[in-house]
Order: sequence, then C-alpha cells, then structure tokens
Amino acid sequence: MSVLVYTESWGGNFRKSTFEAVSYASETAKILGTNVVALSLEDVSDEELVKLGSYGASKVVSIPSVNKGDSQSASKIIAELSTDASVIVFSGTHTARMITPRLSVKLAAACITNVISLTESSEITIKRKSFSTKAIEIIKSNTEKTILSISPNSFGLIENQMDCLIERSDFIEKGSLIFEGQETASGKISISEAEIVVSAGRGLKGPENWGMIEELADVLGAATACSKPVSDIGWRPHSEHVGQTGKPVTADLYIAIGISGAIQHLAGVNSSKVMVAINTDPEAPFFKAADYGIIGDAFEVVPKLIQEIKKFKN
Amino acid sequence: MNILVCISSVPDTTSKINFTENNTKFDCSGIQFVINPYDEFGLTKSIMIKESIGGKVTVITVGDASVEPVIRKALAIGADDAVRVNMDPNDSFSVANEISEYIKQNSFDLIITGRESIDYNGGAVSGMISEMTNLPLVNACIGLEIEGNSAKLVREIDGGKEMITSPLPMVIGGQKGLVLENELRIPNMRGIMQARTKPLSVVEPTGNIMYTTSVSFAKPEEKAGCKFVDASNVSDLVDLLHNEAKVI
Ligand SMILES: Cc1cc2nc3c(=O)[nH]c(=O)nc-3n(C[C@H](O)[C@H](O)[C@H](O)COP(=O)(O)OP(=O)(O)OC[C@H]3O[C@@H](n4cnc5c(N)ncnc54)[C@H](O)[C@@H]3O)c2cc1C
Repeated sequence: MSVLVYTESWGGNFRKSTFEAVSYASETAKILGTNVVALSLEDVSDEELVKLGSYGASKVVSIPSVNKGDSQSASKIIAELSTDASVIVFSGTHTARMITPRLSVKLAAACITNVISLTESSEITIKRKSFSTKAIEIIKSNTEKTILSISPNSFGLIENQMDCLIERSDFIEKGSLIFEGQETASGKISISEAEIVVSAGRGLKGPENWGMIEELADVLGAATACSKPVSDIGWRPHSEHVGQTGKPVTADLYIAIGISGAIQHLAGVNSSKVMVAINTDPEAPFFKAADYGIIGDAFEVVPKLIQEIKKFKN
Repeated sequence: MNILVCISSVPDTTSKINFTENNTKFDCSGIQFVINPYDEFGLTKSIMIKESIGGKVTVITVGDASVEPVIRKALAIGADDAVRVNMDPNDSFSVANEISEYIKQNSFDLIITGRESIDYNGGAVSGMISEMTNLPLVNACIGLEIEGNSAKLVREIDGGKEMITSPLPMVIGGQKGLVLENELRIPNMRGIMQARTKPLSVVEPTGNIMYTTSVSFAKPEEKAGCKFVDASNVSDLVDLLHNEAKVI
C-alpha cells in the first residue's frame, strides 16, 4: 500500500500547490501508516524533482514524454502506477480536473474534489467545499481506492525531509488531442494559488484606474482579480473574474476594493482566511463578511495603502 | 452536427443554502432552480453552431420530474429536444454513467457539459463521460470553432490559455468565453410557446452505482465581525494585518 501524489510542473518547475499536494499526501500516509510516491509528467530536472523529498516523498517517478494536458495518456499512466496505491492525491488545478475523473472511471475509484481536510481514519471520510463555499460537505469514499483533489491553498506546506529516489520511465502512447501552443502572461501570479489577492470592482469607475490596483498587488506580491461586471464590460480579462461563477479564491488575504459584496461574489471568495473591504458605502454588504474594513474613497485610500506597505516592507 | 448538451438544475445563485433531515439533505423549500450558469454558455454555443452549420441540439439532464421547468427553459432558449433520465442524482459517477449510456445508444458529434455545477461543484462529469465513452476531452474550454471533422479549441490553463485541435466526436467542459455573457439568450415568448410542444423523453436509469456517500453538510463558520480602520489612519491597517492577522 502507498499514497501516490501527482506533482504538476509548469515549464519544468513545481509551484507551491505541488508541494502542498505532497505535504497533504505525506500527512495522509502517516494516518494510513505508509509512504508517499510522487509522479511527475513532462520534463523536470533532477534538481527540481529532489525538492519533493522536502515535503515527504520517498520516491518520484518521472515520465518526461507525457503532456499533462493529454488526459487520455496521463490517466492511463497514473492508473498503471497506482496498482499499489490506496489514495491518489492531486492539487485541484485545471489539468487535474481533466485527469482525475478519467482516472476515477479507470480505477473504479471515488473522485473527491475541493478537499479541505485530511481523512479522519483509514476509512476515507473528508471535508470538501460545496455549494460554491456556501457549505462544507462531509463525504465518504465507497471504493477501495480514492482520488482526492485538494482545493489549492487550503492545506498549506508541511516540511518533512525524506531521501527522495528518482526513477525515470517512458510512455509512448499519445491521446488524440493536438497541442498547438500556449499563451501565458509571464511574471503574473495565478489567482488560484496566490497567498494574497487584490480585487477591485465597479467602484473603480473605469479600466484606466487599475494602475493603483496593479501597484498594490505588486508591492504585496499578490495576484489581481475583479468582480464579474468588471470583466463582462471588458475593463479586465475574464481570467480575473472571481466569485461563484468565476474563479474560486482561497487566499490568506483577500482585499476587496470598490466591490459591493453581492452573494455571488462572496460565495467564491469567502473561504479566504482574512478579508479586507475598502468601500465608500458604510452599508456595503462586504463589510458584513470582512475582517477589516475602511469606509472611504478607493482613490484616496489605495495610494496611501501602497505608501504604507512600501514603508513597512522597508 | 449532432450536439448533446448536459445540463444540471441548480439553486439560483442568490439562494441561501440550508439543509434538512439532520443536515443530510439540501433544503429545497423556497428555492428557485435555474440552468447551471456554466452549462448555459455551452447551450448557447451549441445553438449558435447549429444556426451557422446546421444540425440538432439535444439537452439531457439526470433528475426527477421536478427538474422539467429547467429543461423547458433550455428548449425555450433553442434546443430541439430533451431527454430526462429519471433518477435523483447522487454523485458525479452516477450522473456520468447515465449520460454515457445514452451517448452509446445514440450518435453525437459533440458533447458539452459545464466545467462544474454550482451546487455540488464536483467538476468531474465531463471527464468521466469522456472516459466512459472513450472520447477526447477539453475542460475549462473558453473557445470553440468547428472545422469539418475537427474542433479548434482554447482551454484556460493556470495563468494563460492553450490552443488545441481535436477530432470529433469529443467532450467539452465549458465556461464563460465559449460565448460571452452578453451573448447568452433570454427565452422570448415564441420560444416559450414552442418549448411546450418540443419532445421531452423520459428514460429510466440503467443503474445507480455510487462511488461516494454524502454524510452531512455544515455551514462555514461565521466571521467574528468587521474591525474598522479610519480612512485617515491607513497605517493601522498595515499594522493589524501584520501583527494581528499575520498575513503580511
Ligand atoms: C447568475 C449570476 C452569477 C453571478 N456571479 C458572480 C460572480 O461570480 N462574481 C461576481 O463578482 N459577481 C457575480 N454576479 C454579480 C453580482 O450579483 C454583483 O452584481 C456584482 O458582484 C457586483 O459587482 P461590483 O461589486 O463590482 O459592483 P457594484 O455592485 O456596482 O458595487 C460597486 C461598489 O463600489 C463602491 N464604490 C463606488 N465608488 C467607490 C469609491 N470611489 N471607492 C470605494 N468604493 C466605491 C460602491 O459603494 C459599491 O459598493 C453574479 C450575478 C448573477 C445573476
């Protein structure tokens, strides 16, 4: 028996969400009394792979030839490697969302997504986010093997140094998708795994005013986000839309500027640990959900906040 | 082009979520049900494809008779016919299994689901269908053009997008971007009238295999309340975030 963890890489590098998945897998392995085997697809150097050992992986199988977006091949190879695994852990990224359901069917294994807790015992029973974070569900696996996809940034990192053995393997089958290329904004922090998210709404009046939002995000090392109407009218790209029908946010700190706090907005962001609202309207619903609030004009408060944070960082 | 659109009937986004029967069942009383917002983008895109290159749009949902108003709405928006699998769905696997059985007995060029449903948020139905029917899958799809026997797709990836070509038939998990918000269609009077006479067939489930059991639900903990900082003392906020909340 073992716990298998899929360790996703981006351009040859792991991210915090990858190490979080390994940390989760290793805590699960402690509960089950077993060890952690990691699986890496695409090309990743030995130097990067060995980092998985810091979070508890005792072995990593690297298969450079498989494109992670090819869910047909990825699920096949993971299924082959999981004969011995009772739990298979993923971080809930876009790619994981394509691989885990296929794997579930292949292995006749329960697939539980949006996971936010460890299992209580060797009978897999865990907490997951449900109803767009308006509720938490306790769910039980009915199958011998269980696939757990954790909600990024909801578990954290736990260091647990292991000597990590690297094994390289090959897989030649290919699925039927043809990958034509990617476009990524370099240097941008992705919303799903950002520790701090700076988000702004219609209160900002127009796209020309986002300079200060980006600057605030920059000084905090944060990702930028926006409310739905802001992306619908084209002030910001759709990829920044957060909330019930956009991206979910589980940040350590979520700063909402000129956002009223509609139920659909809060539904997607309120699992963040600390929320700050900045709004001119003392009656804005966001203040009911926030931990800290400033009643004031964003155009005055935000530049001051940037100055204060710069001072603090120095 | 034969397109199957899988729709889920979900509580309206403004709904307050409560549970009954000792916190084991979602409390439907007073709840308005709507087409899952993610599914609406796929439905609209399917109708647009049909309008430009011809074909037929079928909607399928797994649910008891109470979901029929939502199916009628999909028909009013422009789907040609509908299928309801007569089963109270319990987990992603059981839903995907029923839809896949229907796909195997019929023939579709394209199967579109939403990226996830806004109630249980499993996000697994599209992937499970693709595995059960052995078809290629693109989830978080934000762009789709049909070119002969293949599809040109764009999928959202973490921090960007990826361009993909896939043979048809295939399975797509859709979201905003497939069409834009302002392209979504509101049923008009004529559509609503026509929807009443469009075919809605009811099929019995083939089995109800569940891989998971829902034990209970809880509401997230309430916040302690908002601490206000004066707009003229912004440095206090930085102080609180550092010393009290310990997040910066
Ligand atoms: C089916 C459905 C799904 C939805 N899904 C989502 C979703 O996923 N995400 C989402 O965000 N919304 C969603 N919505 C929309 C939601 O209902 C709200 O309309 C939206 O969140 C409001 O955005 P906003 O707060 O930016 O704008 P508004 O509600 O217009 O609020 C603007 C706020 O800015 C404040 N303000 C104005 N000037 C200033 C200033 N100078 N300084 C500081 N504050 C100022 C105002 O007091 C106000 O509170 C959805 C709606 C529906 C129907």
